[in-house]
Amino acid sequence: MASLNVNGKVYQAEVDARTPLLWALRDTLGLTGTKYGCGVAQCGACTVHIDGVAQRSCQISVGQVGGKKITTIEGIAQNGVLSRVQQAWLDNEVPQCGYCQSGMIMAVTSLLKSNPKPTDEDIDAAVTNICRCGTYQQIRQAVHAAAKKA
Amino acid sequence: MNHMPRINRRAFVVGSAAATGGFALGFHAPMGAAAQDKTPEINAWVVVKPDDTIVLRIPRAEMGQGTLTGLAQMIAEELECDWSKVTTEIPSPAENVARKRVWGNFNATGSRGIRESENYVRKGGATARQMLLQAAANEWKVPVGEVTVANGVISHKSGKKTTYGKVAAAAAKIEPPKDVPLKDPKNWRLIGKPMKRLDTVDKLTGKYQYGIDFRMPGMLYAAIRDCPVNGGKVASYDAARAEQMPGVKKIVQVGATGVAAVADSWWQARNAIAAVSIVWDEGAGGKVSSADISAMMAEGLTAEQAFVGNKAGDAKATLASATKKVEATYSYPYQNHAPLEPMNATAVWTNDRCDVYCGTQNSEAALASVIAASGHPVTKCDVHRTGLGGGFGRRARNDYIIQAVQIAKQMPGTPVKLVWSREEDMTHCAFHPATHCKLSASLDDKGNLSGMHMRISGHSIIASLMPDRLENGMDPAVFQGLTADSPEGMFGYNVPNLLVDHAMRNSHLTAGFWRGVNANHNAIYVECFIDEVAKAAGVDPLEFRRRHLRPKHLAVMNAAAAKANYGKAPKGIYQGVAQIHTFGSYVAAVADVSVTDGRLKVHRIVAATDPGYAVNPAQIERQVMGSFVYGLTAMLYGEITVKNGAVEQTNFDTYPMMRMDEMPKIEVVIVPSGGFWGGVGEPTIAVAAPAVLNAIYAATGKRVRNFPLMNTDLRKA
Ligand code: FES
Ligand code: FES
Repeated sequence: MASLNVNGKVYQAEVDARTPLLWALRDTLGLTGTKYGCGVAQCGACTVHIDGVAQRSCQISVGQVGGKKITTIEGIAQNGVLSRVQQAWLDNEVPQCGYCQSGMIMAVTSLLKSNPKPTDEDIDAAVTNICRCGTYQQIRQAVHAAAKKA
Repeated sequence: MNHMPRINRRAFVVGSAAATGGFALGFHAPMGAAAQDKTPEINAWVVVKPDDTIVLRIPRAEMGQGTLTGLAQMIAEELECDWSKVTTEIPSPAENVARKRVWGNFNATGSRGIRESENYVRKGGATARQMLLQAAANEWKVPVGEVTVANGVISHKSGKKTTYGKVAAAAAKIEPPKDVPLKDPKNWRLIGKPMKRLDTVDKLTGKYQYGIDFRMPGMLYAAIRDCPVNGGKVASYDAARAEQMPGVKKIVQVGATGVAAVADSWWQARNAIAAVSIVWDEGAGGKVSSADISAMMAEGLTAEQAFVGNKAGDAKATLASATKKVEATYSYPYQNHAPLEPMNATAVWTNDRCDVYCGTQNSEAALASVIAASGHPVTKCDVHRTGLGGGFGRRARNDYIIQAVQIAKQMPGTPVKLVWSREEDMTHCAFHPATHCKLSASLDDKGNLSGMHMRISGHSIIASLMPDRLENGMDPAVFQGLTADSPEGMFGYNVPNLLVDHAMRNSHLTAGFWRGVNANHNAIYVECFIDEVAKAAGVDPLEFRRRHLRPKHLAVMNAAAAKANYGKAPKGIYQGVAQIHTFGSYVAAVADVSVTDGRLKVHRIVAATDPGYAVNPAQIERQVMGSFVYGLTAMLYGEITVKNGAVEQTNFDTYPMMRMDEMPKIEVVIVPSGGFWGGVGEPTIAVAAPAVLNAIYAATGKRVRNFPLMNTDLRKA
């Protein structure tokens, strides 16, 4: 049994402490918006925020998270209103299949918090997630659009 | 303006039977919405709710390519409904069978979603419109010819007005008219417009449901290991340790080739399957390594026996007597599709039914696989379609679906979700075929192509996946982009003496349809070699193409060159061009690159596309841009190798992907010339690599002929 604080709610999850956070979120808590793509820190599809910092949830165990605050893609919109980043994603029609986009949105949300006006180089360095559909150009546009609205 | 997230994909309905242990079988996932509120359909394509909401039924799979929205635009174009009220539903393949395939083909491969359904989906919309108009005319007792419609509002010159929603119930009872004419393209309002996709919001909030996200009460999770050597099988396995691990319910053999662990969570299943010791019977493939395959394909380049795919004049005699000749040999490796969502499927098997929930590009073929694997008849099986986290041809193969059924069959009544690890996914695939190619060309005294022989040697997809479709042992699909006149790819160059032939050399791997298919390597071979010939002729590569290309090929090449300012690149930037006709469309690209100390930078790419009619320019633009990521990733990094029969690459650390920092700026020019319907999702991939390779040559003088590029040091010219 582990206690997990996700999107402002505390869950008692019946899960071994060594389980990667990714699988506890998906299979135990049913928060399937966080995706599995590689399990080895390569793709970023599993990105969540832990105490506000973007991290790859396949690489951190439930035991390591402790009582830290976890935010997943399900917790990004507030009161049914899309976040600034989600809205920019919608306006720029970023997703194709969409599978990578939870992780992309989490990575970019975190980037804009620490760097409100990122340059193209900043974006290249911070957003290292994989998109197999190739939406990178739309992502770049959407990041700049979201930054402008700050 | 902020957008309110809303659930616009129907939640899966699980009946109360689930609670009692007998699972709710045969529930209709995507089609249930209309059935539930009992709104009768106008026809198979259109349901109009009393509140004027329009439900359009979309049969082809949506995997990111935008076909869902494109097909909806085409039905709505003829229906003349209010686009802002359009929603969609996905029929299941069993429903299609039960209704005598009223929705036609469900297959979304080969960039055929639009081009092979445009006629009947538009007819579906037009017929529904006529029925709705007739219902209003009947109500008003006026001839239907006096009734008009705009945005779902029906009017009569008397001033009467009504809406589709109000007459829908009456319209549903009207005999469908036959042969309703389709609109003249010049009157289109939706086709050709950059309408917003209908499926974006849920992809931003985590709500969109991919196969891997599907859940049902009582569901267990499975992880699998299939024989690492294709063609091998399980000799024996010891599950004693794995069976004792937490959460593990069962270790089962899957067909002849795999073993799976079933557990309460996927992580437990994955740990358990890793703990099973399996002895494999690797079969003949276990002795094969990449060098063996390469040697076999190299031998095919000069083999006597080969299948002819295109022939004009006498190429061999022309080449034999030529004074100016160019020759080159190229090769292209096996590659994995690697959609970001690994293969997965959930199956429920009972004594009298089998239901599968998964993403698939071809749910009708998936249904056939479910029928065969489950042992139940078509009336007792269905495939309920979820979203797809990428397809790229990978999800047209049903191996993961068959496995899910084979596992579920050993746990009757319990839903089991099989999820492949990335490692399983990387090593088990119907790979992009590997091929070698030898090209020879001769120039006449004016420096024009007088003869050309292109010998391809390599793996046939058709032989791997559907051997019954070989024609006298020959695979006609290998000539994609090289044929005299096929819509799947017409050779663009006028060469008086031409021979294109293929020596089939299949390895123990399975080759499959990989986004772009055979056009990918064929375009590299032709377009890079044409540059080599142009060089030998002392003519600029674009100018050389202008002298030889057929008109439509040339038009799109010129469109790209004009936009790219070909020939006027800034200092230090070098340009390369490429073109192809394939999947019914003409495409071309101009790449601007620099190479500094061996480091390639792609600065800009201009891509032109002539798909005949362009249904949604915004989505075409995105598909074209994505095609460069797919094609350039393949060129830079894509290589599957085998050692002792097994695939050596296991994850994205050994099979790298292009990311944000390597993304060039891409500009898309859409030049629809009208009169035909071409595909969009795949053709551009074929020009991505050759345009960049030709630019690399311009920059370095180095001609890369073997791939991926990461194996070549660009510093040494
Ligand atoms: S699943 Fe965690 S980085 Fe890929
Ligand atoms: S949108 Fe499909 S992987 Fe990014």
